[in-house]
Amino acid sequence: MGNAQMESAREFLSLLSMSSGVSGYEGSIATSVMERLIPLTDEVRCDTIGNVYALKKGHGKRSKIMLAAHMDEIGLIVKKIDPRGFLSFTSIGGVDQRTLLSQEVLVHGRRPIPGIIGCLPPHLLQQGDPAQAVKMEEMSIDVGLSFAKINEVIQVGDVITLRRETYPLLNNVMAGKSLDDRAGVVVMMVCLQELSRLKHSHDVIAVATTQEEIGARGALTSAYTLNPDLAVAIDVTHGSTPDTKGQVSIDLGKGPAVALGPNIHPAIYRHFSETAQEHRLPFQIEPTPGHSGTDAWPIQVTQAGIPTGLISIPLRYMHTSVETLDLQDVLDSGKLLAHFIASLPDDLEGFLCY
Amino acid sequence: MLLKNLSELNGTSGDERLVRNFLHQHLEPFVETINVDKMGNLIATKNGHLGGPRVMIAAHMDEVALMIMEITNDGYLKFQPVGGIDPRILISKPVQINESLVGVIGAKAIHLQKRSERQKALSFDQLYIDIGAKSKEDAAKQVKLGDYAYFMTKCEPFGEGLYKGKAFDDRVGCAILVELLKKSYDFPLVAAFTVQEEVGLRGAKVAAYHIAPDFAIVIEGTVAADVADREEEGWVTELGQGPACSLMDRTTLYNPQLIQWVTELARQKGIPLQFRRGSSGGNDAGPIHVSKAGIPTIVLSVPCRYIHSFASVISVKDYSACLNLVDELLKELPGKLGVGSIDKEDNL
Repeated sequence: MGNAQMESAREFLSLLSMSSGVSGYEGSIATSVMERLIPLTDEVRCDTIGNVYALKKGHGKRSKIMLAAHMDEIGLIVKKIDPRGFLSFTSIGGVDQRTLLSQEVLVHGRRPIPGIIGCLPPHLLQQGDPAQAVKMEEMSIDVGLSFAKINEVIQVGDVITLRRETYPLLNNVMAGKSLDDRAGVVVMMVCLQELSRLKHSHDVIAVATTQEEIGARGALTSAYTLNPDLAVAIDVTHGSTPDTKGQVSIDLGKGPAVALGPNIHPAIYRHFSETAQEHRLPFQIEPTPGHSGTDAWPIQVTQAGIPTGLISIPLRYMHTSVETLDLQDVLDSGKLLAHFIASLPDDLEGFLCY
Repeated sequence: MLLKNLSELNGTSGDERLVRNFLHQHLEPFVETINVDKMGNLIATKNGHLGGPRVMIAAHMDEVALMIMEITNDGYLKFQPVGGIDPRILISKPVQINESLVGVIGAKAIHLQKRSERQKALSFDQLYIDIGAKSKEDAAKQVKLGDYAYFMTKCEPFGEGLYKGKAFDDRVGCAILVELLKKSYDFPLVAAFTVQEEVGLRGAKVAAYHIAPDFAIVIEGTVAADVADREEEGWVTELGQGPACSLMDRTTLYNPQLIQWVTELARQKGIPLQFRRGSSGGNDAGPIHVSKAGIPTIVLSVPCRYIHSFASVISVKDYSACLNLVDELLKELPGKLGVGSIDKEDNL
C-alpha cells in the first residue's frame, strides 16, 4: 500500500509539475485536477475565476471543511516582439531574474512554441560582468522564427512557462518546477484517498485555487462562495539549505510543517499536533508571526471569519524550476490531514470555542 | 541522427570516453585504421598507404562541464567548472552525474533574499548541487570527488531550420568529420577527434605532433552573438549565413593566401561563407599551426548561439554548407599541395 501510494503521488505530481498554469491561465491544469478528483469525490465543479471544487460528503452532521491548495504557478509574459524576432518579457508573480538565463521555455501562443532565454557566451563577457545579475529587462527569448512567422503564432500578452521535466533524486526526493503548490494539490488527493477508508462526519470540499502567486485571489472568492465552518490551506514552506542557515529551520523529510500564529485558529493547530502524535506521524512546528503568504491569509477573514489552519510541505529552492521536496512529506501531510478531519468532533462550534 | 547522438553524449575535458567510444564504433567500417593515442585523442586514417602529402582534419570531442570538488557534511556537492562557464547560467538547472544520477543546482528562494542580493550574481563558490542525499556518507555512496556533472539538454529541431542542444561546440565538428570520413578521397586523410580543447587546446598539440600533417583543417562550433539588442559589430558570426572562416583569434593569425583560397572556392561553388568577425577565443588551430616546423591550417566553424550554455542553437543550413565546403576544399587540396611546399605562393 505504502509503495503504491508513493507511486501514485509521484505520478500525479509529475503530471501537474509538467503542466502549464500561470496565475490567471489555469484552464488546462484545472482539467487534469478535475479528472483526478472525480473518482475520489461525490461532486466536482469549477467557478468563474477558475477554482476547482471537489466535494466528498461526510456521514454525520455535515459541517463544511474547506481544503485549499493553489494550482497556479509563477511565469513570464511577452512584452514586446522585436523586428529581428526576439521576445522581451516580464514576470507574473515572484520570479528571481537570476534563475532565468539559458532556460528553455514554452511560449503559449496559438500553439506552444519552444524558446530559449539567451545568454552571451563567456568568450564575449567583459571583466566584472559575471558579478552582476543580468536584469530581466535585458534578457530575450529566441524562438528561432522570423518576425513574420512569429506574428502568425505569438502576440504580446502570451504567457510563458519554463520547460522542465521532473527528476527523482535520492531517497524519495523529487525535483521539478511548480511543486509550489502542485504538491499541495497532491496532498489533497492523498487526503481524499485516505478519507475513503476513514469515517468522517463533515463534508470535505477540496479546492484547487487560482491566482495565489499574485495575491491569493482564487482563495478569496472560493472561501466566500463556500463560507466553510473550518478551512485548512495546504502550501509549501522553505526547507533548509546551506545558504539559508539562520533563516530557515524546517527540514525536508521530517514531516509537514504545521503553522501557528495569528493566521491560525489555536484549536486547529492543537488538533493537528495531537492528531500527529496519536497516529505517530512526523510533523514540524512552524511559528508564523504574521502574514503566512498563503491562501490561509485571505480565507481567515472571509465573510464573518473562518477558523483556519495551515500545513506546509518543506521545499528547497522555492520559485526556481528545480524546486525540491521529499515525497514522504507529501504522503505524511495527506495522512495527517485525513486523520485531522476524521477525528474532528461532530460539534465543531464547541471545538472551535476560544 | 548523428548530431543528436553526439550532442546528448556527455564528455568533458579529461572524460571524453563516451564520445570517443561512440565515434570509434561508428567509424570502424569507414576507415582503415583507428586508434587512441596517449592523450586520448581518437585518430582515424583513410588511404594511409598512399604516398604524398597528408591532410589532417580535426574537431574536439570535449565539452564544458562541472567537476565535483567536495561533498559537504549535509551531503551537497561543491563544484568548479571544467572550461569556460558563466556561473550565472547554472542556477535553477538539473545536471547529470555518473550516467545514473541527477542533481539540481538551486539557490536561496527569492522570498529569503535581501533586495540587494537580487542584483548580485552568485559565484561558483556559492553554488552547490543537491542530489537528495541525507548526509555526506549517503552522498559518498553515489559520488566521488573528481566526478563530473553535465548539462541535461535534449537535442531537438528548433524554430525554422535550426537545432538546439548542448555541446554543439564541438560535436558539430565531430559530426562533420564523421560525414567526411564516409566519403572517398585519393590522398592520405587523417581525422583527429581531439581531447581537452576546452582547458587549453592540449589534445591537438599532441595529435598534430605525431600525425605530422602537411595541411590541417579544423572544424569548430563558434560564437554567434546575433541576438536582440546587440549591435551588428558585436555579432562575431550570424546564423544562416554559412560557415565562418577564421581570420584571427587569441591563438592564431590565419594565412591570408589560404583565406583567399577558401573564399574563392566558396564563391565558385556557390556555398555561403562568412568571416569570423571577432578575435576572442581560440581553438585547436593554435597548437596545430605551430606544430613542428609549422603546418598550414584553416578553421571553418558552424555559427552557434549561446555556446557553452545548456541550450545552444545552430542552423542546419550552416552545418550542411560547412560540410560541403570542407568536402570541396579536400577535393581541390591535392592540386594545391606541392610536396611539402604549401607556403609557395604559386601553389595557391
